[in-house]
Amino acid sequence: MTDKIEVKDLKITAKDFATDQDVRWCPGCGDYSILAQVQRSFPDLVGIKKENIVWISGIGCSSRFPYYMNTYGFHGIHGRAPAIATGVKVSHPELSVWVAAGDGDLLSIGGNHFIHTCRRNVDLKILLFNNRIYGLTKGQYSPTSEKGKITKTSPYGSVDYPFNPISLALGSGATFVARSLDRDTKHLQEMIKRAAAHKGTAFVEIFQNCSIFNDGAFDILTDKKTKDDNVLVLEHGKPMIFGVNKNKGIVMDGAKPKAVEIGNGKFRIEDVIVHDEFDESPVLATLLSNLTEDPTMPTPIGVFRQITKPTYDGEVEAQVNSVTNKKGKGDLEKVLFAGNTWQVN
Amino acid sequence: MPKEKEVQSLSEVTVRFAGDSGDGMQLTGSQFSDTTALMGNDLSTLPDYPAEIRAPIGTVYGVSGFQLHFSSTDIHTPGDRPDVLVAMNPAAVKKNLSELKPGATIIVNTDAFDRKNLQLAKYETNPLEDDSYEGFEVFPVPIASLTAKALEGSSLSPKEVSRCKNFFALGLMYWLFDRPLDQTLNWIQRKFSKTPEFVDANTKALTAGYNYGENTEIFNTRYSIEPAKLPKGTYRSISGNEATALGFLAASVKSGLPLFLGSYPITPATEILQYLSNYKNFGVKTVQAEDEIAGITSAIGASFAGNLAITTTSGPGLALKTEAIGLALMTELPLVIIDVQRGGPSTGLPTKTEQADLLQAIYGRNGEAPVAVLAASTPSDCFTMAMEASKLAIKYMSPVILLTDGYLANGSEPWKIPHVNELPEIPVKFRTEKEGFAPYLRDENLSRPWAKPGTPGLEHRIGGLEKANISGTVSYDPDNHDLMINLRAQKVKNMVNDIPDLTVDGDMEGELLVLGWGGTLGAIKEAVIKARQAGYNVSQAHLKYLNPLPKNTEYVLKGFKNVLLPEINLGQLAKILRSEFLIPIKQLNIMRGLPFRVSDIEDKIKEILGGKNND
Repeated sequence: MTDKIEVKDLKITAKDFATDQDVRWCPGCGDYSILAQVQRSFPDLVGIKKENIVWISGIGCSSRFPYYMNTYGFHGIHGRAPAIATGVKVSHPELSVWVAAGDGDLLSIGGNHFIHTCRRNVDLKILLFNNRIYGLTKGQYSPTSEKGKITKTSPYGSVDYPFNPISLALGSGATFVARSLDRDTKHLQEMIKRAAAHKGTAFVEIFQNCSIFNDGAFDILTDKKTKDDNVLVLEHGKPMIFGVNKNKGIVMDGAKPKAVEIGNGKFRIEDVIVHDEFDESPVLATLLSNLTEDPTMPTPIGVFRQITKPTYDGEVEAQVNSVTNKKGKGDLEKVLFAGNTWQVN
Repeated sequence: MPKEKEVQSLSEVTVRFAGDSGDGMQLTGSQFSDTTALMGNDLSTLPDYPAEIRAPIGTVYGVSGFQLHFSSTDIHTPGDRPDVLVAMNPAAVKKNLSELKPGATIIVNTDAFDRKNLQLAKYETNPLEDDSYEGFEVFPVPIASLTAKALEGSSLSPKEVSRCKNFFALGLMYWLFDRPLDQTLNWIQRKFSKTPEFVDANTKALTAGYNYGENTEIFNTRYSIEPAKLPKGTYRSISGNEATALGFLAASVKSGLPLFLGSYPITPATEILQYLSNYKNFGVKTVQAEDEIAGITSAIGASFAGNLAITTTSGPGLALKTEAIGLALMTELPLVIIDVQRGGPSTGLPTKTEQADLLQAIYGRNGEAPVAVLAASTPSDCFTMAMEASKLAIKYMSPVILLTDGYLANGSEPWKIPHVNELPEIPVKFRTEKEGFAPYLRDENLSRPWAKPGTPGLEHRIGGLEKANISGTVSYDPDNHDLMINLRAQKVKNMVNDIPDLTVDGDMEGELLVLGWGGTLGAIKEAVIKARQAGYNVSQAHLKYLNPLPKNTEYVLKGFKNVLLPEINLGQLAKILRSEFLIPIKQLNIMRGLPFRVSDIEDKIKEILGGKNND
């Protein structure tokens, strides 16, 4: 007899989430990083069994994602991932259901499903791989491409105004709205874990570099030289400060947020607004979402807003249970023979 | 003392109620039907209403009608031409006059024959005062004012009083056809239990109508129709949409799978969603989706998660679901798509019936995408076919399209209610065994395993990209693609072993077979009966499985010199049968948004057979 018991580490690791399929994105594609951060974060998800995880996607480069995750997966049709996922989640509420979608998939052909998923607060985790371009069809402007963008289908510049995905999600009623960057691996992992822990529609916009058709689109936010002056990292309960020297902050000028220098005698740290992720009012989050549109302002990343309200799938299940409790479990014979019946002898 | 009225016995009658869309004609008709069903008559109904909810009052296009055919014998159709028309205004007569039997009875609400209504109906003079209605027996009854009189002293507003006039008309019809008031009186009690003043008013109006018939000098004769001799059992009156809903509920119980319906409201299929949203205590989950595509794709998600998943729609919705049906086929998941066909193309005639989605159902997808297509033949048959569709979908891990139509959906007939223990079982196998699992393994039917998320060790990926057989990984291999196309087609072909042979009513060979499919069964059956009574030798057969066709279809068709195929389309099944079996098919195609008239088919039979009757 020995008092030494061999301990095997049964903890699931990132490797357990990899499949035997070769990953076939282009070299340098931001999708690799997103896949890696998902695989690294998933072992830490609390209370979620591997067999209960389902990845659903539509069509596009990012929609190949489920093939590379060793979980249940469904590669759907263009734009419909949120609707397929809604069916999975509503009919089988114990599952942790994730959607991987690109900007064309989720916001153009699938825009309707996206806003209605947010409106209903279906308990889905939606990762938007936003590279502001159509990649799989080889470089046409997308619904998040900036106006004037020159692409194969807009040789004289696109005349479309882009969607602001964060504003759209907030306006549609998503209960968790966040943004991250493919190259900020730690931050991205944190956002993935936060989304996983949220009960309700969790939307994470990930700025993702397309190295072939829109290379460098987010360089200003990811390059060491420029990122500190251009990225505002949102943290709950903390003042909104940014800049290489942490000397810039966001203050309110009437109803408008404004970026200012702090400590130059004009503004003090106390003037800088403090982030509140859990604010019931969507006003602050909406103001912050619009900073993205403003070239004089930094681009926020982090959680814009997280609120709690009953989920669609939860309410459907609750209704099934309450009606069953009230009426008793359905009796088919009774239903068939209900109403006005008559006998023929 | 009114004199004793004569009672005349009839074997069958066709009645049509007609009035403004807001006059409550659908309610009046269905109340008359329910009472008639309870009296044991066989019956068949045809609601016929405009797409507008409250079309401009008094106009011909705003007329809503409800036709019902009831008898002491077995009947199959709502009747070609009404014997009796109850018309609430001049427009209702104008719209229906040409449809009536010569000499038909018209009961008119004379109160509505004022200048304004005559103008709206585009009558230049009052037709009650000239010879416009010559050849018909017109009974003028001031229905509105008699109703008002019966409700004198009531607390209701004049508008509310006026809305009770359909119950007066119903009461009068109950008297005329010797029906009891109880069923409707009970219904009024239940329906208006929260507003006693409406119970009182509608009860008074109904009774007043009945008593008016009894006391007035206008009617000298009333009619009685003996109960029909139907097979023993317990019956209820059922519409096609309700039968469809109950069929899927039964399939859920018999398969032990929770039912999931993803659907977007569309006429004339919406009622199925409405009915099924009631059965939460059966674990039924209904998602009223944001659009038709979300309706079907949410159902595909639910199927992946291990549910009996269905989606309901009509033709325009089926078009929108096209790509998703291909996805269900490619991922080899069970799914039933119900298309309640309506008049097309485009928005077409939303509230009317047609059979023109057959080719869309069989072929309307990108790529080689065969799916099973079934069609219900009567309102109550929708129950049976809903169960059949579910059974095939599950056994073959495949989408199945069930076609019904506007006529079946809204029409009703007596249904001999089956007991739950008489219904077919629907076996389901979920894969749980890890050893040797691959997502596209094949069983003896070529079906792949159903491994639902949540099962440890069976994590796998499926999707719309071509998959390698067995392993299920994405594959661009040319030979594999060829193999998979053939496998998917073979799966549908294999279903032929699960479907019944085509049966023939009459001789197995001869001069003429009248073949039909779907909702035309009633009219074809009755036309064949009539032709036989006229001395013609005619056989009849009806297809309920359109893809695959029953094994013996070719054998049956080749037994006849002529095959007549009446369809409410331009000949869609005829096209398929010709190309499949290289045989000539004689077509009869009338697309009026209405079921066939028996006489249309009867005339065609006689035209084909010429003088070849046995007289």
